[in-house]
Amino acid sequence: MKGGEVASGDAIHRGDPVIVDRYKVDARINHWLTAGSFVLLALSGLALFHPSLYFLTGLFGGGSWTRAIHPWLGTFLFIGYLGLFIRFWKYNLWTPTDGTWLAKLHVFLRGHEEDMPEVGRYNFAQKCVFWSMTAFILVMIGTGLVIWEQYFAAYTTVDQKRLAVLVHSMCAIVMICIVIVHVYGALWARGTLTAMLKGRVTGGWAWRHHRKWLRELATGKSDQTPRGTPAE
Amino acid sequence: MFPPLPNPTTQPVPPKFGDKDLLRRSATSITPPEKRQTEVAKLIDVSKCIGCKACQTACLEWNDLREEVGVNTGVYENPHDLTPASWTLMRYAEYENPQTGNLEWLIRKDGCMHCEDPGCLKACPAPGAIVQYSNGIVDFQKENCIGCGYCVKGCPFNIPRISKVDNKAYKCSLCSDRVAVGQGPACQKACPTQAIVFGTKDEMKKWADKRIADLKSRGFANAGLYDPPGVKGTHVMYVLHHADKPQLYSGLPNNPAISPIVELWKGMTRYAGFAAIGAFAAISVLHRVVAGRSVVSADDERNAKMLADKNMMKEKTP
Ligand code: HEM
Ligand code: SF4
Repeated sequence: MKGGEVASGDAIHRGDPVIVDRYKVDARINHWLTAGSFVLLALSGLALFHPSLYFLTGLFGGGSWTRAIHPWLGTFLFIGYLGLFIRFWKYNLWTPTDGTWLAKLHVFLRGHEEDMPEVGRYNFAQKCVFWSMTAFILVMIGTGLVIWEQYFAAYTTVDQKRLAVLVHSMCAIVMICIVIVHVYGALWARGTLTAMLKGRVTGGWAWRHHRKWLRELATGKSDQTPRGTPAE
Repeated sequence: MFPPLPNPTTQPVPPKFGDKDLLRRSATSITPPEKRQTEVAKLIDVSKCIGCKACQTACLEWNDLREEVGVNTGVYENPHDLTPASWTLMRYAEYENPQTGNLEWLIRKDGCMHCEDPGCLKACPAPGAIVQYSNGIVDFQKENCIGCGYCVKGCPFNIPRISKVDNKAYKCSLCSDRVAVGQGPACQKACPTQAIVFGTKDEMKKWADKRIADLKSRGFANAGLYDPPGVKGTHVMYVLHHADKPQLYSGLPNNPAISPIVELWKGMTRYAGFAAIGAFAAISVLHRVVAGRSVVSADDERNAKMLADKNMMKEKTP
């Protein structure tokens, strides 16, 4: 039986070093398509955000193309994130450890993860990224549809559109900031990128960053009260 | 009667204004010309309008536009709203004046007001899609328009319309092409009652004063000029019998100004936005420098191996 922290496809391979499967190929494809659409969205959106970035429309075949493509990319991102959400929401639910973890955030930031409470598949910061991205994508698709002139102009008043475009642009900025942290985090913690590129990490990586997850994988049982229904 | 503009010569004449006379250009910072051209204006005297729609027709005719055949819903407005092809529209309001008990038919020619502080231009993200000439005309440049509809959000009068056919924005150009060769707008030329007159902004204000004095002498104590200061004045102005209540005229805004939401979107949001992105990038770099990288140690690997060996050995034994 698998514990609450273990996703389907997660597995340990003994050896030196130990290798741990973390993301199946479909999860990785899902992630990178979503990430790619986000980058294109940010570029095409920022092109209209400020005149100094209007040159970015060149990447999309000009201003009209940029205007036309952006909302479709947004729709794609929404569907892509929905896939990620369905895959990972269970492991991003709050646990009591998150509180103790947060209280020692300064220790984490200094890189002394050995002194942190053991965390499961995701730590508190990762969960924050997950849930804030969830919320912001909902806001972005909502406001984005309101300002999608080509198809949805008739459904809202001008005042609603004004508010929508303001919220859309502000939230875009916040999302970009979150993604900066997300990407930085992945680069900062060495060995993380292979999780999303090759689907696997070393045992040492898992021990250091997600020990509770590793323990559950190794022992095959959840050592904490599981959150929600334990998987199969 | 306002002295009508003379008919043009049949000889080609060079345009009176052009790209060198730009006061503003959307999404572009330009240095305005040293000398500003005399400001022009169209004056619409609502009290003289008989609602014949000659102006509406002349607009279609001159600008080579075709409106689709619509439906009659029992009102005079035709079409029902401004459209990408109808850059001007007569709006009819019935008003029961409580003071006189009279039923007044307030007919207003709706269309672009050519604001001195144009919200459409402020909102537009495409360089050169909207320009403002130093004579006050605000004009859309179709070839630069990307069809985003931001101008709709910027406009305090709800004027621009985006075409479903070519995804470009359209509105009254104040017949910039006619004005450039010394003519008045087509609507003005067609108006049978001189409810529409055209000239320099000063001339129009003076003419309006006469009309207002006349209206006041006929009992319209609140007659006045509509040249709203919230948008720093307009280059299309109205003479209203009830200048104290512009909204009577099919919702003409009382005190139009660029929405504060638009100002915030086009102002602070940009600066704060770039600052935030810059700050997050800088903090990341700083953190990397100060805290170094988080590296998995040989100990970590050993511990993981011990954990795996201990637990998974058991599993292997039958
Ligand atoms: C989720 C679905 C999304 C939809 C439906 C959507 C739709 C739109 C639309 C319709 C516009 C107006 C320009 C145009 O017509 O192309 C726009 C502008 C913009 N979008 Fe999105 N978008 C979405 C997601 C995003 C995301 C994820 C980002 C950022 C990373 C983003 C950033 C922007 C920016 C910066 C602008 C320009 C705002 C401005 O001009 O100030 N959008 N979006
Ligand atoms: S739709 Fe309006 S705001 Fe957008 S590019 Fe065209 S003129 Fe500018």
